[in-house]
Parts: sequence; structure tokens; C-alpha cells
Amino acid sequence: MVLGLLWLGIVSSPGWDRVRQTYFDADDFRAAWGPVTSAFWLNVRLFLVAEVFILVIALVVAVVRVVPTPAMAPLRLLATIYTDVFRGTPTLLVVLLVGFGVPALRLAGAPTSLFWLGVIALSLSYGAYVAEVVRAGILSVHPTQWASGRALGLTYGQTLRHVVLPQALRRQVPPLINDFVSLQKDTALLSVIGLVEALRQANIIGQRDFISTPLVVAAVVFIAATIVIARFADWLTLRSMRRQAGVV
Amino acid sequence: MLRIEQVRKSYGGTEVLKGIDLTVEPGQVVCLIGASGSGKSTLLRCINLLETVDDGTVWLTDGEGTEQDVTDPRVDVDAVRRRVGIVFQAYNLFPHLSVLDNLVLGPTKVAGVSKNAARARGRALLERVGLPDKASASPDSLSGGQQQRVALARALAMEPEVLLLDEITSALDPLLVGEVLDVVKGLRADGIAVVMATHEMSFAREASDVVAFLADGEIVEIGPPEQMFDAPQDPRTAAFLARFRP
Repeated sequence: MVLGLLWLGIVSSPGWDRVRQTYFDADDFRAAWGPVTSAFWLNVRLFLVAEVFILVIALVVAVVRVVPTPAMAPLRLLATIYTDVFRGTPTLLVVLLVGFGVPALRLAGAPTSLFWLGVIALSLSYGAYVAEVVRAGILSVHPTQWASGRALGLTYGQTLRHVVLPQALRRQVPPLINDFVSLQKDTALLSVIGLVEALRQANIIGQRDFISTPLVVAAVVFIAATIVIARFADWLTLRSMRRQAGVV
Repeated sequence: MLRIEQVRKSYGGTEVLKGIDLTVEPGQVVCLIGASGSGKSTLLRCINLLETVDDGTVWLTDGEGTEQDVTDPRVDVDAVRRRVGIVFQAYNLFPHLSVLDNLVLGPTKVAGVSKNAARARGRALLERVGLPDKASASPDSLSGGQQQRVALARALAMEPEVLLLDEITSALDPLLVGEVLDVVKGLRADGIAVVMATHEMSFAREASDVVAFLADGEIVEIGPPEQMFDAPQDPRTAAFLARFRP
């Protein structure tokens, strides 16, 4: 009902014809579909590679921040500064700083490929967010689980690895996936350092032909990818609920 | 064998254990009774090193007769916990593992037992606690009594010399208490020294070798169950037990 009214409002607006021609032209849509979807594979690759790095960074940072031994104090401080800085900096800014800053240093051995610079920027930024999600998960596991692990004779590390982390990560699947949906979209930010991914490709076609339909194509592709990830998350959550409730 | 000498423990300014002495022989079941807050749980947690004692000693003697002071700060805490098992009131099973994997984790990771051997032993223990068909079940799908029996089996899987039971039936439906206590009765034959904090007076009376009554961080009276229940020497013991008489 609401959607219907909204739709009616948009379609009956004075500028609708114009908007439809620039944004929703069927021929332009078909023409842009091929180039934009093939550019989207770059987004997928960026997303998948960055995700691996992000999970590793997040796990290490979260564990460092949780372990109470005094020997870890300097590392803990470092981890805290890292999360504070990168959670406080807009991702776009991190992308610009890494994408243009690192090559400008002309360091020997520093990556110059835009792909890897993009991966580094996203990993740094999202690592901080995801580290907090993982840390919250670790802290949400009841202290009696630590006690019973330790009481069995497991060391602190073994208890963390075999008892606490599996429960923490399972519990954090929904917020983790939420962050990954967001990461999947933020791969588009890498267009600013010149990576020709889906959004950039759409822009190129749009600016060449003075149309905006390619942008809509890009939006459709991003939405489709998000839906896939979201359904995967639902399936994971359901499966783990079913497992805990009944027979494995 | 377990020998506790003059163990003291304070939290903040409050002394919760005021010099406890207690000896438990292999195959003995010692029941600690007393009101909540009398120090029963704290004593158990001190033996298992989940708490550090402020003063006094806890001696652990192995099969060869070697005595070890486990309160020595240089002691390998994990090695001590391998010899001293504990079961809690709230079972604390690992919810992400199947029942059998709960029993396999300790032996494989701590004692270096092979996975197959640990599984076989786990199945035997499940048989013993009357849950042979629950090996692949998830802990959350079991009743409280069943979970507590699994927790007992998990502690036994480590083949402890001493087993500490911290009010293991307090969270259970009265109907389920019996099935858990039956498992405890069976432990005698294994030569394990059992120390059990409990409110189950009838169990303490019929199944223990020694009953110790704690009040305000002290052992007020200790003796065989017949003496404690039928002819208590200390008026405080008599007053406490009178509340449990029908």
C-alpha cells in the first residue's frame, strides 16, 4: 500500500519521463549489463581476498585485547590504538591515504598494484570493526565456560581455542555477516583510486553516453550480491540453532 | 590422597576460610555440609586452584606416595588440575560440542590420549552414567540430570585422583537428584577421593565415609555419618541438622 502510493507519486511526478530515460532505459540497461557485471568480478575478488585478511586481523587483535596477562600489555595498547584509529577514520579516507600515500613513499617492496593497495586499505579499516565484533563475542561467553575448561586442565590458550572461540564466533555470525555485507558494498570505494570495478565501469559508460542507467545496473548487481550473502547468513544461523537444540 | 592443612582464604576484609584441616583417603567420600556461605565451595575451589589460598597447604599424594604441595606458587597449575577434577552446580558442559566430544576434549588436548582411545573411553563412561545412546546428542537437548551425569563423566574421563563435587544436585529437580547421586556412589570402587559439598543430607548419611559440618569458614565438627547425624557433639551441628529433620 505504502509502496504503491510511493510508486504512484514518483511515476506521476513532472520529471518522471526525463528520469526514466536517464536512469531506467531498457536498451541502455542491456548494453551496460555485460561490462558492469564483468567488472563486478573484481569487486568479488577484492571482497573475498580482503575478507580473509580481515578475519585474521580481527581474530588476532580481539584475542590480544582479551588476554589478561601482563606480558601482553604493550601489544594490548597497540591493538587498542589500532581499533580506535581505524574505527574512527572514514573508510574512504583510509582508501585514499593508502591508495595514494603508500606508492608515494616509494618504499622498496611496498605493493604498487592497485588491487593489493585496495585490499590493504579495506582490511585495515574493516579489521578494526570486525575485531570489536569478535571481542564482544569472546566476552559474551560465560565465565563458567572458562572455569570448566581450565578445571579440566586445559591451558589458557587451549581453553580459548577449543572452548571459548568456537562459541564466540558462532554467536557472532549475524553481526559478522552484517559487516561483510557492508564490506561487499564498500569495495566500490576503491573506484576512487582508479580500480575499474563495477561502479567505476558504470560511471565510465554513463559519462561517455550521458546516461545514468549503468549506475542502476551497478546497484542491481550490488543488491543481488547482498541478498546472496544475507540468505547464506540466515542458513548458517538456522543450522547452528538446529544443531544446539537437537541431535548433531 | 588429599591432605589440607590450616587453609585460610579472605575476600577483601572477610575471612571465608579460617584454617581448615581435612584429610581424604582414596576411595573415600567426604561430604561437606553447612549453610550457604559457610565456605564449602571456596574450599573446593582452593583445592582445584581456581582460587589461591592465603595461607596453609594442600598436599596431594600420588600412587607412589610422593607428596606435592599444590599451593606452591611454582607448581604447574594445569598438571594439578589434571589430577583434581571438579564438577559444578551448573554443569557447564561445552554447548558447541556433542556429548561425546565433551568427554574427548580433555583427554586428547591435556593428557595426550589418542582420539580413538578417548572416544572409546568416553563411550564406556557414558555407559556407566546410564547415557549410552546420547553420545552424539547436543548437551542442550538433555535434561538437567542427564547434563550433570555427562559433566561427571567428563571429569572422570581425565582419570582424576581427587574429584570435587560442588553442590552438583542443587540445580536439579528432586526427581533427577537420585540418578546423579547413584553415579557418585559408584565412584568408591575406582579409588578416587571424593569431596562433595552438598545439601543432600540423606545422601551424606548413607553414602559418605566422613561428614564435615562447616560454619563461618571453620569445620565445626567432623566424623562418621552415624555420629554426625545421630549424636552430634557440637550444638551448632545439632541445630543445623535439626532443620533437615522431618
